[in-house]
Amino acid sequence: MTDVMEKPVAKQADVTVDKDKGKLKKVLIICSKGKLEDVYAALVMANGALMEGIEAKMFFTFFGLDAITKKKADHLHTATVGNPNFVPEMPTILAGLPGFEAFASYMMKKEMDKLDMPHVTEFIQMIDAGGGEIYACKLAADMFHLKKEDFLDEVKEIITVGDMYALAEGEGTQIIFI
Amino acid sequence: METLTLAGTSVDVNAEGYLTNMDQWTPELAREMAAQVNIELTDKHFEVLNWLRAKQKEGVQLSIRKLGNSGIVDIKQFYALFPGGPLKISSKLAGIPKPASCI
Repeated sequence: MTDVMEKPVAKQADVTVDKDKGKLKKVLIICSKGKLEDVYAALVMANGALMEGIEAKMFFTFFGLDAITKKKADHLHTATVGNPNFVPEMPTILAGLPGFEAFASYMMKKEMDKLDMPHVTEFIQMIDAGGGEIYACKLAADMFHLKKEDFLDEVKEIITVGDMYALAEGEGTQIIFI
Repeated sequence: METLTLAGTSVDVNAEGYLTNMDQWTPELAREMAAQVNIELTDKHFEVLNWLRAKQKEGVQLSIRKLGNSGIVDIKQFYALFPGGPLKISSKLAGIPKPASCI
């Protein structure tokens, strides 16, 4: 009788320990692309992590830097040419007409507004307010001749790839690359 | 469905501990639930909880952004009031369903 009573208790304790060990505690999201949909994917995931109580760090590199550059952040576009997911029936010659990409991006932003999705700069403010940290890649910033003052105020620092890996230190961390 | 007995009353909750009937909610219940997650509810907390309950009744889909625009707290204060997942924790304490928002 005692055996029967004790077993389930021990089992329960094990489950709790395992659950805690495998818990996701931190995400490092690397955003290397500057297209509207790629940047939003990164922002939604970072903000979503914070909403779940998971620590979030973001590292923007190469064209991803557009998302945190003052002059460009709220003017990101989606590609209408060379994008197989964008209305495949559309002939490339039409999709490449001047102004078409701006129109498509405008339509996409309108749909996002309907879903209560904030603009890029507001989204980054939300992530910053939630305790998320935002960094820019030194190599890419040098390449594009961008300085700290060119970036949004929420950008904490321009860091090297080594510093970036240091951000991912600790048990229960995942790196997501976009 | 499970039953949770707190603050001298029994309420119906789902497997994750969210109230299944928001009308069973009382401020005392919220206080007891908050104590379990180490939060001591202040007037500011209750302002947030009441706002959430009012919006839920109106059928509004809740998000962190909407709370930030509520005029009660900004997003930073919201995270500070309910550390470790503000919208989920505050919804639970407000006796409303788990938020289905991605933003």
